[in-house]
Amino acid sequence: MAEQKASTLIEAVESGLAAQGYIASRQIATAVYLSQQIEKPILVEGPAGVGKTELAKAIAAWRGKKMIRLQCYEGLDEAKALYEWKYAKQLLYTQILKDKLGEVLGGAQTLHAALDQLHDFGDVFFSKEFVEPRPLLQALEQPGGCVLLIDEIDKSDAEFESLLLEILSDFQVTIPELGTVSAITPPTVILTSNSERDLGDALKRRCLHLHIGFPEQRLEERIVESRVPGISQTLRRQMVGFIHEIRSLDLKKLPSVSETIDWARVLVLLQATELNTEMVKDTLNVLLKYEADIEAASPQVTTFIAKAARSNVFG
Amino acid sequence: MRENLHRFFRAARGAGVHVSPAESIDAMRAVAQVGLTDRAILRDALLLTLAKSQDEKLALGDCFDLFFSQPEPPQQQSEANDNDGPSPNSDQSPSSGSASEADGSQPQDGLGPLAQMLLSQDRNAIQAAIASASGAASLSDIRYSTQRGIFSSRILDAMGLQRLRDDLDELTATNPALAERLRAALDGLREAVRDTVSQGLALYAREEAENLRNEILRNAPLARIDRRQVAEMRALIRQIARRLRERYSKPRKRQRRGHLDVRRTLRRNAAWGGVPFLTAWKRKHRDRPKIVALCDVSGSVAQVSDFFLLLIHSLHEVVDDVRSFAFSSHLIEVSEILEKKSPEEAMAEIMSKVGFGSSDYGSSLVDFEKDFMSALTPQTTVIVLGDARSNNLDPRADILRRVSERSKRLVWLNPEGRLAWGFGDSEMPRYATFCSVVRQCATAQQLERAVSDIVATYQ
Repeated sequence: MAEQKASTLIEAVESGLAAQGYIASRQIATAVYLSQQIEKPILVEGPAGVGKTELAKAIAAWRGKKMIRLQCYEGLDEAKALYEWKYAKQLLYTQILKDKLGEVLGGAQTLHAALDQLHDFGDVFFSKEFVEPRPLLQALEQPGGCVLLIDEIDKSDAEFESLLLEILSDFQVTIPELGTVSAITPPTVILTSNSERDLGDALKRRCLHLHIGFPEQRLEERIVESRVPGISQTLRRQMVGFIHEIRSLDLKKLPSVSETIDWARVLVLLQATELNTEMVKDTLNVLLKYEADIEAASPQVTTFIAKAARSNVFG
Repeated sequence: MRENLHRFFRAARGAGVHVSPAESIDAMRAVAQVGLTDRAILRDALLLTLAKSQDEKLALGDCFDLFFSQPEPPQQQSEANDNDGPSPNSDQSPSSGSASEADGSQPQDGLGPLAQMLLSQDRNAIQAAIASASGAASLSDIRYSTQRGIFSSRILDAMGLQRLRDDLDELTATNPALAERLRAALDGLREAVRDTVSQGLALYAREEAENLRNEILRNAPLARIDRRQVAEMRALIRQIARRLRERYSKPRKRQRRGHLDVRRTLRRNAAWGGVPFLTAWKRKHRDRPKIVALCDVSGSVAQVSDFFLLLIHSLHEVVDDVRSFAFSSHLIEVSEILEKKSPEEAMAEIMSKVGFGSSDYGSSLVDFEKDFMSALTPQTTVIVLGDARSNNLDPRADILRRVSERSKRLVWLNPEGRLAWGFGDSEMPRYATFCSVVRQCATAQQLERAVSDIVATYQ
């Protein structure tokens, strides 16, 4: 009974994402469904351009939530990711309030008494008003929940990873001067990684691990269909078939989904109706980003087009 | 269901996937959400929660398929038509039958429950009986292939084989035709049990067997391993390299709290009129190892050199700069060959250039001094790998002295045992006076320790 519901709910996720123009495989939909049910972040790995970041955007759009994005880079630290004290504001306020402070403390006879009175103020200058929330804190403070995208986590330092652990497992952060801030509504957290560096086990353990590879031919056709509506069916089949042939080569950087979509747009602009050698050679630079790759691929173009056309007949 | 999932976690560990208790809890929660009816969704859910890398996903996927594929049931001819009816009661009948031998609950034939089950050819019931019997025989404890027989017989015993034999004896006298059928069914059952045990072996014993094999391999002398083990050894070396990388590729710069870097602090706080809101601390910079490796590739030590070079050159993240030289009767630089080609091709090329000659340490050292002495800096560790058997030619230990003086450390790794040093044409004692360290290095384990120590001196 509950099981029946699960599969329909997963389908609901799939169609919900599809409505936002993100065609998800069932595995992706299962991950999104599970992360919502057991409140765990998703760690998405895979080659560049297969739609890792897009997934977060699509989820945010589908659920109608705000998306907060934290782009990771080397040297990213607490002050830029979590919170920072507004030093300048603190300084300014102490200057402005100087007179007021003098008034308040004026009654005190001894230094000791003045200090006691000062203590009564409490930590005025280390209160919420002087905290500058950065993406992670912002995400926790969103009343209606949000989608937090921590992009390219592998680019950050190992220390930053440890900083994330508390947020990922308990959806809270501890600010020494203020105490612990818990999420009002637990955000949906998506982490992406290009596997540039191996992530720590502690981080991986806290996440659902989703690997998005290059999609299968059918799925890729559907993606192109949803992203580039103006393209004819024959051309779509041919170009996706062609790209799948290209991916079988040993290249520096294989063309991924984003390149497929770009190429589809280019072909539509050029008003192509089907692939031909000349046009493919002219537009190969949209697909392949290295000179050496283009050189390696261009002798094969004719064969690949023929193959793609042939598979088209049977498929 | 929980029982089955636990067994699956054990199998997953066997397949080399690290399943911690926390992960298994997550997996349980996920499974509770998605349920068990749709196998594809179950598979996805387990892959998402348990596997943490692409390799692990592949391994776990295979493990899942193996785990949930049942061995073919013994009967082929006719299927039980009512699938749901008998399975619940036969589920408990084998266990009760095994517990109390003379149960004989079904009076119609006077046969034991197992015999009845076999004769009725109810594959679901038999399947369930095998599963619960393998649970009773704790099949998940199987470790080695030699245990196959004992586990098979334990499972059959748990299913009530004894009673079945008695029934068979009785039937042979009274009803030979039925006995014949029962005997055929028993053969089928044995086969099914054997398959179950093989599956169990594949699932649960892999980790143990692999550990054992690796342990043996780690301690096997590198110079004498079989040709067919070379590939495994390469894999092991790569594993060692990964471990060393993880241990030593920590950040080079470590902030040291306590020593204020006045200059940087002032500069950073210029915006606030020099009021130090942000502090900068002095950093300590650590060197990365620079290594010059001289490897003997004459017949006796070639294999060890091979693995040593493979290890050193897979340490890119840890080691700044490696220059490798190979020699037997003369010396050449091989860094480029090793960087550009696959380990197999590189070694073949090196061997074709200098390999398999009789070694001449003296003239090789002369070659090194003539062309490459400038490669040595005070930060360089020089590693010589060889047996120091110079065929009674001039050892030229004076060059080694100069090498030692120019470098940070000079480490000599000798594949021969300490006992053999200095006997015959071994020049080891003479060379040893100029070395910072001399150590034996014949197995993968010793190789790992040697390289680990060398890298550690830079930390």
